[in-house]
Amino acid sequence: MGNAVTLIPAREQDRQLISKVEKEAGTSINLCYQCGKCTAGCPAAFAMDYPPRQIIRLLQLNLVDQALEAGSIWICASCETCSARCPRGVDIAALMDAMRREALQQGKITDKKVAAFNKAFLNGVKNFGKAYEAGLLMQYNLTTGQLLKDAGLGLPMMKRGKVSMLPHSIKGKDEIKKIFDRAEQLGGE
Amino acid sequence: MKEFAYYPGCSLDSSAIEYGMSMERTADILGIKLVELEDWSCCGATSGHNTDHLLSLALPARNLAIAEKMGLNVLAPCAACYSRHRAAEHAIRSSKSMGDKIREVIDMDVQGTVETLSILDVLANDIGPDQISQKVTKPLTGMKAACYYGCLLVRPVEITGFDDPEDPQSMDKIVKATGATPIDWSYKTECCGAALVTSRPDVGNRMLYNVLRNAQESGADCIVTACPLCGLNLDMRQAAVEKEFKTKFNLPVFYVTELIALACGDTPKQAGSDRHFVDTLKYLSQIEVNRVRAASEKAEQKAEATESETEAPDPEATQKKIDAMLKGWQKNPAKMAARLIEDEERAAVLVEVMTGDKKKMTRLAELMVTDADKAVKAAEAFITAELKKKQA
Repeated sequence: MGNAVTLIPAREQDRQLISKVEKEAGTSINLCYQCGKCTAGCPAAFAMDYPPRQIIRLLQLNLVDQALEAGSIWICASCETCSARCPRGVDIAALMDAMRREALQQGKITDKKVAAFNKAFLNGVKNFGKAYEAGLLMQYNLTTGQLLKDAGLGLPMMKRGKVSMLPHSIKGKDEIKKIFDRAEQLGGE
Repeated sequence: MKEFAYYPGCSLDSSAIEYGMSMERTADILGIKLVELEDWSCCGATSGHNTDHLLSLALPARNLAIAEKMGLNVLAPCAACYSRHRAAEHAIRSSKSMGDKIREVIDMDVQGTVETLSILDVLANDIGPDQISQKVTKPLTGMKAACYYGCLLVRPVEITGFDDPEDPQSMDKIVKATGATPIDWSYKTECCGAALVTSRPDVGNRMLYNVLRNAQESGADCIVTACPLCGLNLDMRQAAVEKEFKTKFNLPVFYVTELIALACGDTPKQAGSDRHFVDTLKYLSQIEVNRVRAASEKAEQKAEATESETEAPDPEATQKKIDAMLKGWQKNPAKMAARLIEDEERAAVLVEVMTGDKKKMTRLAELMVTDADKAVKAAEAFITAELKKKQA
């Protein structure tokens, strides 16, 4: 019985959520015949609770909450190897991407570090129009409580002209803020 | 002349500053005109598409709108910038409703009329390896390079499409044109761990380790990349990975444009190669030794071959050769001096001597035709005498 999946009747809201994720990703989970080629080629599968094939299987079984709470969707590095190799043309990477965004919206973030990194990165872009690497690391370290992470790399990077303490703004940084705001307003449509 | 709207992206003047420097040198050397996009902004990178789909398309679309006004295709050396701009183009072209939404978000017109190109595509397919090798003055002899494409230059296939996603060749061709030897290996397009190396080093470092190990086991003595994040991870984090996995790689990491600049005569400093974390300078001086050795062996072989072929040299033909050599000295003394003297500074002194003394020029031209070894010795003697004279 160890490996058996407990089948529960699908709820309509789960079905709708799966369709939404599929639409966002522009792909269909029903194409997948579970060959496992995606997982075989996934360079991060070793660290995943549910590797890519099983994420799709969860969705095929309408177990969408379990899929959204999987650590795997945050381990996926978006390398696109799975999508390039899938013999059925399932865009697994896009699915993973759409799942991350859905999990983020629902506040189901099983890997706070990756989400904190993304937030810190985009914060720099929103404020200055360009990535602000020093600020990114400082914010990331603060929000994840790893104050001294990579601190030893700061000076060697500065010596090589690879990081500056102060951000560089673009002239149109106000435009960028507006792009963020309007994308948020229109994105849910 | 090829002309592009240049999108350096955030990395090329910070964490991948040597990529930016060598990109500009490469453009100069190969006659590519780069017009930087006016007030460009960040493409959002992976964090963008992880967070908000529409935002991840709108951010690069703003840059595309600027490029459309310039009427130029975009050159984006960074793999992530390239990928995100291609994704935005693709979205604008393939769906009117998505295009409308993007235009509304950026409050600018954008129609997807320009194309974003990667540096590998431009170098391998627009410029071509032949044009590159013609410019090479200091071939990277003996360099065994693992050409590392990573993910986003070759995937997703619908968005990239200029090379094979499993066994790409464009960088191999470029690297070969610089005189280096691209090795065959299996991790060409395997992921380096990207942002996971920072956010989840427990996962990312192993991915990095796998790539480094495969390069080493396949016989590479350096890695070449065209992606700033791959470059930074492989280079800056190599020491940490070595420590974690109790091994030594000592693999210098270069951007593909550095190899072009170096092979076309730039110093490591000009190409930005002194800014890496894994030492490149010692490695590059070894490559230089290889090159000089190979060049002199080749010259010896050639001399032996001509000696045995022609027992008695035809005086008329010899005179013709001397005249041609003399013409060379008058037209381009720097090039001729470089043939005899490796050291740039000493070669410059030789140029000074030659251009100031017709007699010495004729003598050296004669020697270069009749006895190459003596010609080098004479040139060295001229330089030493001149330097002594200057000191006195």
